[in-house]
Amino acid sequence: MTMPQLAVTLSGLAAIGWINWYFFAALRSRVAASPADSGLQRFTITVDGGYEPAALRVRAGQPVRLEFRRIDDGSCTEEVVLGDFNLRVFLPSGKTTAVEFTPQKPGSYLFTCGMGMVHGRLEVTA
Amino acid sequence: MTTATTGPVHPELTIPVSGMTCAACSARIQRALEKTPGIDRASVNLMINAATVVLDPGKITPEQVCAVIRETGYGASLPAPDAEVEEIVAEQDRERNAEERLLRRKMAWSLLAAVVVTLLTLPLAEAEPAQGASDPLMRLMMPVAELLRTLAPPLFALPAALLRWILMAVTLPVVVWAGRDFYRRAWAAFRHHSAEMNTLIAVGTGAAFVSSVAMTVAASWFERRGLPVQVYYEAVVWIIALILLGNYLEARAKASTSTALRRLIRLRPQVARVIRDGAEHEIPLGLVVQGDLLLVRPGETIPVDGMVVDGVSAVDESMLTGEPLPVRKEAGSRVTGATLNQDGAFRFRATHVGRQTVLSRIIELVRQDQGSRPPIQRLADRVAAVFVPVVISLSIATFVLWFDFGPEPSYLRALVNAVNVLVIACPCAMGLAVPTAVMVATGRGAERGLLIRGGEALERTERIGVVVLDKTGTITEGAPAVTDVRAFGRLADSEELLRLAGSLEQHSEHPIARAIVRHARELGVGLMDPQEFTVHAGLGVAGTVNGRKVIAGSPRLLRQLGVDLTGPEGQGTPDTGTAQASVVVAVDGRLAGLVTIEDRVKSHSGAAIGRLKALGLRVVMLTGDRRATAERVGKEVGADEVIAEVLPDQKLAEVKRLQAGGSVVAMVGDGLNDAPALAQADIGIAMGSGTDVAMETGAITLMRSDLGGVADAFLLSRRTMRVIRQNLFWAFVYNVVGIPVAAGVLYPVFGIVLTPPMAAAAMAMSSVSVVGNSLRLRRA
Repeated sequence: MTMPQLAVTLSGLAAIGWINWYFFAALRSRVAASPADSGLQRFTITVDGGYEPAALRVRAGQPVRLEFRRIDDGSCTEEVVLGDFNLRVFLPSGKTTAVEFTPQKPGSYLFTCGMGMVHGRLEVTA
Repeated sequence: MTTATTGPVHPELTIPVSGMTCAACSARIQRALEKTPGIDRASVNLMINAATVVLDPGKITPEQVCAVIRETGYGASLPAPDAEVEEIVAEQDRERNAEERLLRRKMAWSLLAAVVVTLLTLPLAEAEPAQGASDPLMRLMMPVAELLRTLAPPLFALPAALLRWILMAVTLPVVVWAGRDFYRRAWAAFRHHSAEMNTLIAVGTGAAFVSSVAMTVAASWFERRGLPVQVYYEAVVWIIALILLGNYLEARAKASTSTALRRLIRLRPQVARVIRDGAEHEIPLGLVVQGDLLLVRPGETIPVDGMVVDGVSAVDESMLTGEPLPVRKEAGSRVTGATLNQDGAFRFRATHVGRQTVLSRIIELVRQDQGSRPPIQRLADRVAAVFVPVVISLSIATFVLWFDFGPEPSYLRALVNAVNVLVIACPCAMGLAVPTAVMVATGRGAERGLLIRGGEALERTERIGVVVLDKTGTITEGAPAVTDVRAFGRLADSEELLRLAGSLEQHSEHPIARAIVRHARELGVGLMDPQEFTVHAGLGVAGTVNGRKVIAGSPRLLRQLGVDLTGPEGQGTPDTGTAQASVVVAVDGRLAGLVTIEDRVKSHSGAAIGRLKALGLRVVMLTGDRRATAERVGKEVGADEVIAEVLPDQKLAEVKRLQAGGSVVAMVGDGLNDAPALAQADIGIAMGSGTDVAMETGAITLMRSDLGGVADAFLLSRRTMRVIRQNLFWAFVYNVVGIPVAAGVLYPVFGIVLTPPMAAAAMAMSSVSVVGNSLRLRRA
């Protein structure tokens, strides 16, 4: 194996490793945001090719209000899906759209774009 | 549903109020409203920014209430019916239209640029043997190159370096303008640790473009080291053009998936003809309030739900129920907003307006259902979540393998095939496979009067093995009707018999009595007031009609009253709650005849049960009837099994018993008195009579009371699931086959590699074909 081949092989492996860390592990380790006050569990989430904050922590059995402020205009993020709560909501670009539901069971749930590629996480604690 | 009252109705009206900042504001408005004549009660809520008033529609109109609020200095306007759903859909349309227009423009210019770049690449391929050597498309273009040579010979005289600069100049605007969104969105997603379709396009075209630019700008650097120089501008432009074409077609097709919902929304008329103070006014639909008296002329659309006060007409309800035949309406009939009045005129009182109407509820349900996800989607979700990073990893691996083991020039081949992998991978096909099919299917169902409550219902319906039909009201009409009038001897002919019995029964509330009276009226038999009348509870009635002594009731009553019942004709026994009952009639103390009353089997029931059986379903009839009667009806309609003598509260247990036997059970009922059984069944199908349905009861709600709809629902579910499976299969297989081919697995044996434009075309077509396949359900 020549030097360039060795260099390309090693960089390739490193790149693969980094990509998988960046898209999977790094996301999972992010700290979940908690609602500001103890009453209504309310979050404003900025939608711009992704969700910010992308990890939320809420309590079970209490209503949650997610306000999605969508600033991008790609068709990917035009819908947000909370599959476990049977919600699929259209988010008009440049507007804030509220989604309300009450998670009953503790656990980790995903909210994703219409095609399931962009995601955020909802941690429901008891 | 509530029934219309005939007295004065004082409806409650909620009006949004703007500009309130404190309790003093709301108190001021409230005082102003309370002082206004015609307003019975008013309450202004600061929290919800609305005023709720109870008003007398004869004295004040909703517009006047708004005017009163506006006089106090605050804003008020009436809510448009269903503004929310309409607005969302309109917003969605606007955004889609804008997106479509922009995509179309970008796509057209990119395609044009792609043609120009391809033509310019031809002379470059001549000048630079490395360029296009491995490209089968370029070989195909040879005749075009010959033609170009005769048409524009100077092009071929240009040095390769200059051609590369010209190509870069043409490609740059395509990347920066047409492809801008790919890079912008990919970057935005990247910042959030997400990767999506745009990531693949951006990395793919980005790698090809950047390497091409490097080889254009620093060509001599490569040449000095003996490395062949090759640019991929044509690949970059073609990828962008074809993906834009795919996105454009996809956007158009996606818009078609919700046409059914749009059609439902358009059913709503704009104006209503309301009668106030004895005068007829044409007012916007949003101003109609509960309790309004409305006039409908021939050919007009009924504005809201209500109950006919006077007039007779036939109404076409097919747009909501799928029932093709017009339905007769007369005083006391329910009418539904959005249905079409045909030949007569009538007046009706509004019972449900705005979001309470059947149409609004259907629209809302369809909108919810279209967003729901069948469990089968989870598989696609799991793949989608890891798809893009995995594909990028594969692409890097492809680069490394070609670089290490590929033929020379290995770094160019490595680059092309790595780009191919990125470009051919299509997460969209997978993401669209299930939701588009669910959208189209639920919309199509709603158009045919079948409300399938979401993806899970679709999926579960497919697994059903046993269909339990509640006999009364499902297989049969659910209301007893006279099926036969037989006169014995010469005491009275059958018409006279009906007149005498009917006159007597007019004053009884018993369902059988009412059936006799209705039958007499339908036949135009004039009824008289009985001179004398006695009810024998549970047995029948006796009295004097037109001077003749008449008894109508059970044989026991007749025997009690001394009528001789010997002879075969006297054997019929009336028994309420069974399919068939007979009322024996005696005139002047002697047996005169027999009126047979039956809960008739609906005309479509037999055929519909035949269709269910043809679908491979086992049809079980459930009834409270005595076994003999039940068996007879069961045989008539062709049920596989009859479970008779089931008390209403035992229906649930019967469904459980069938489930315990391992069957996946669908239960069909009216949704009113069998709600627990419907809920227990794996799929509860609530069958409405007309449009009066408990819509939320079943997993499937049929807007019309026809068993054929059950078969339609099963058929639609099966077709939808088939389309979903085809979509998923195609999306998976496409990627599972396409990605390795793009990576070059066929090269060692067959020498086959793809070019980036081929990969881009395949990718664009795969998602379009998935949406196209779902759209086939529009005709299901």
